[in-house]
Amino acid sequence: MILSTSLNSTNYSFIDKLKAVDYFLIIIVAIIGSMSVFSIYSTESGNFSFYTKNHLTRFLVFFSMFLVLSFVRISFWYRQAYFFYILGILLLLLVVFFGISSSGSKRWINLFIMNLQPSELMKIAVIVCFARYYHRTQSSDIQSYKYLLQPIILLLIPCYLVITQPDLGTAILIAGSGLAIIWLAGLNLKYFIYSGLILLVSLPFVISILKPYQKSRILTFFNPDRDPLGAGYQIIQSKIAIGSGGLLGKGFLQGTQSYLEFLPEKHTDFIFTLFSEEFGFVGSMVLILLYALLIFRIIRIGFSCRSFFAKLYCFGFASALFFYIFVNIAMVVGLLPIVGAPLPIMSYGGSSMLSIMFGLGIVMSCKIYSRDPIGN
Amino acid sequence: MIKKTDNLNKNKIISRRLFVLVAAKIGLLGIITSRLYNLQISEKQKYEVLSDKNRIREWKTPPQRGIITDYFNNVIADNQRVYQVHLSLEEVSNFNNSIFKLKNIISLKEDEIKKIFDKKEKSKAWDTLIISENLSWNEFSKLNLYLHELDGAKPVLSTSRYYPYSNDLVHVVGYVGDATTQDIQNKKKIEENFVPGLKVGKIGIENSKDTDLIGNHGTKIYEVNASGKKIREISYNKETQGENLRTTIDLEIQQLAQELLKNQAGSICVMDIYTGEVIAMASSPTYDPNKFTHGISTKDWNEIKNNRLRPLLNKSLAGLYSPGSTIKPLVALAALEYGIIDTKFKVNCKGHDHPYELYGERYHCWKKNGHGWMSMRNAIKQSCDIYFYEVARLLGVDKLSFIAKRYGLGSKVLDDFFSEEKKGIVPSTKWKKQVLEESWYLGETIITGIGQGYIQATPLQLCLMTAQLANGGFKIKPNLIYDKEIDLDIIKSKIESEKNKSVSQNILKDQEFKYYERLYRNSNNLKLVLDAMYGSTNEQFGTSFRSRHKEDKYMFAGKTGTSQVKRITDQDRELDLDLEEIEYKSRDHALFIAFAPYDKPRYSLSVLIEHGGSGSKAAAPLANKLIKKILDRHELREKIRKDLKNIA
Repeated sequence: MILSTSLNSTNYSFIDKLKAVDYFLIIIVAIIGSMSVFSIYSTESGNFSFYTKNHLTRFLVFFSMFLVLSFVRISFWYRQAYFFYILGILLLLLVVFFGISSSGSKRWINLFIMNLQPSELMKIAVIVCFARYYHRTQSSDIQSYKYLLQPIILLLIPCYLVITQPDLGTAILIAGSGLAIIWLAGLNLKYFIYSGLILLVSLPFVISILKPYQKSRILTFFNPDRDPLGAGYQIIQSKIAIGSGGLLGKGFLQGTQSYLEFLPEKHTDFIFTLFSEEFGFVGSMVLILLYALLIFRIIRIGFSCRSFFAKLYCFGFASALFFYIFVNIAMVVGLLPIVGAPLPIMSYGGSSMLSIMFGLGIVMSCKIYSRDPIGN
Repeated sequence: MIKKTDNLNKNKIISRRLFVLVAAKIGLLGIITSRLYNLQISEKQKYEVLSDKNRIREWKTPPQRGIITDYFNNVIADNQRVYQVHLSLEEVSNFNNSIFKLKNIISLKEDEIKKIFDKKEKSKAWDTLIISENLSWNEFSKLNLYLHELDGAKPVLSTSRYYPYSNDLVHVVGYVGDATTQDIQNKKKIEENFVPGLKVGKIGIENSKDTDLIGNHGTKIYEVNASGKKIREISYNKETQGENLRTTIDLEIQQLAQELLKNQAGSICVMDIYTGEVIAMASSPTYDPNKFTHGISTKDWNEIKNNRLRPLLNKSLAGLYSPGSTIKPLVALAALEYGIIDTKFKVNCKGHDHPYELYGERYHCWKKNGHGWMSMRNAIKQSCDIYFYEVARLLGVDKLSFIAKRYGLGSKVLDDFFSEEKKGIVPSTKWKKQVLEESWYLGETIITGIGQGYIQATPLQLCLMTAQLANGGFKIKPNLIYDKEIDLDIIKSKIESEKNKSVSQNILKDQEFKYYERLYRNSNNLKLVLDAMYGSTNEQFGTSFRSRHKEDKYMFAGKTGTSQVKRITDQDRELDLDLEEIEYKSRDHALFIAFAPYDKPRYSLSVLIEHGGSGSKAAAPLANKLIKKILDRHELREKIRKDLKNIA
């Protein structure tokens, strides 16, 4: 039974809502956001031009959107959860037919004001959808095959669509978000172990269907010097940039590796490299700490929520966020192959910013309406 | 319907599961932190070096060569402003296209284009290619006009070697050209300072003093971006110009010598008999060293190479000639020193009808009717061959060789300064055994006495020999580059002390002498020889009497020589042809050695005219003009010497 919103709305005054807002979280997001603007500014060698302007605008627009979405009732997200998922799939299908291609992959649809990358939105849609799914599932049913198969299919559809774009990185991130929620919902550990073993066994087969450039990226990951000017170039240059940053970094706007264009994709996937080159080990740790605080804060919100949906969403989003951050940083420091995953908030890219701010909006909504007992 | 209890159950599970996830996250963060620590703290140095290697690139800038002057500071090898076009390869989008466009603007010949492509093959992607080293002003201004269409092309104002007295000094100064792989391998200094387009000395002073002249290259350090484009200059360690060199040459005398040799093949050498300074060293014909600076054209090269008078041969020190009668003062001196004869010793020269005979072989004097009874002084003065046949026979070739060697024959005058300098030959019985693996014949001694046969010398050696006779018999140190260590006053005082030194019996043995050491046993012997040379020039019947100076201050002493190119047969003697009637290649070489002024000798000289005929007719008259000039410039030279000493 779902309680009507009209009944519950009387329980929150505007002052109550403002009091319930997690200002600390907003401040952290604002700080990371400003750091990202300065980093993008640095990629343009200290010129306030195209990328910086765009990034700043996007950040301000989506940051405002995050604040506005915070005040949307959590039950709204609950009700629309499956709709979001279906919308995401439709947009992904739209990409297949009307998408715009860039450097060999078809990931975007033209929305005239911006190019939208639906796969980024899918990252959030999967979390919301799964949160609702497990909210409604009895704990005794979770381990049954019926309730296991449904989420796996729900996860495989977007992953397949994204992989074929091709965009292995985002597909992995979507899968990661989904799996995090399934784990949190309490699926038996043995299933994770089994599927891990199956993945290991099928790895040669998976590798055989990978695109040549993906294969070469993986091979290069194990030995970047294999092709220092080709596939290994990015990781070598990224490591040089980070390593040469040292303890305190080369200083703001002084990162020679990025300024002299040795660093590839410095606006997007390698923004951490630039930041780390300019601000060194100390700067990197500060940024990582900010991210940790952000995640910690989201988890804290999750604990304060009364509904299972909100809890699951917050924990799931926090885990997904961590996963994105980890994959990106591990990639640029050479711990993981280069798969193309942006660093949340820091990286240039509208869709990524949109999806993170969207996700944070729902988190804040969980906080403000934490007492809402959804579906009970 | 969801039960409350189930919700509680689910909340318990989620907390547990979250705990596991958070633990995993902390673990992963730990991994990232340690990785960052590893990269940024532990291996910082390594990555810093790699980063600098990425962004910093060095360019060498060419040094300017040192300037060469004569003794009077007249510039004889200069640096001249030239207009060039360079192509910066990193900025060229299409190389073939650029060359094609350039070809239409500046005139590039097919072989030049081929060379450019060859050079490009060997260049690195960020190198700068010199397309043309020496553009005319017209080409240069045209280039500037079309510059916007030529990516990577750079008009450059540069300097290159220029020889203002082109032909007059090529055999002394030499010329420069592009450094070859061999040049780079052979000289460390070139290797260290090599920059594309660097010119190095090929011959002459340019070559032997390359190490001093080249200077040090500059280094421009640029920050470059990933595509190799220069972003900014980090530092510029400026190149330094090579050392300037002052030679001992007197440009005016050199020019006069060159003028006197015009249209003939030959050499003139002038030397200071105390300091050993080479004042002039002319060789004819000459060629223009400026043609070599930017690579000589095939046509010009063939013209020089195929000239039958052999302009490329530096005749002063790489031309070998029989000294002819110019050896006679030395033969006489040797005989006197060893006490073989005394001054009263006489030989009768009876003309061609009664030649000198030895073991059935007949040896003629040059004078058909003979000289009659000849004493030593007369024999030198009139250059009687018969007298010297007899003296040589008595002396023997080995003793002659000892004396000849100590006065400068048979070894390089300027050591290894000129790679092409020849040692010549001072024959001896031992030499023939070793080199030709044959025994010595007495007949060979006879002709060695008049400077024919195996004996061979360069004009510069004859000049040195004359100097060391004229200075009273002291070994000097010939030099071509001004050296403040060589001080006239010190040399004179050294000589003075040597003169008074008691001399041991060993003086006549074959030995090495130190500089400024005395070379003679008895100074009277030398005086007699020098006096005979005075007679040869200033007394009637002397062979160079017609070339004498009547004015006291120009008075000089000399000895003519005629070097046979081929053996004179009886038929030749019968015919007694005039010079013009003999084929050029068969004509005798004309030689003359002299020192001046006679009363207080200071300069020695040697003149050689290839196939010029007799020394008295072809060579001695040149000495007359030359000596006047040398002595006229004496005061000025001494003034400079004093000035230079004061500066030091």
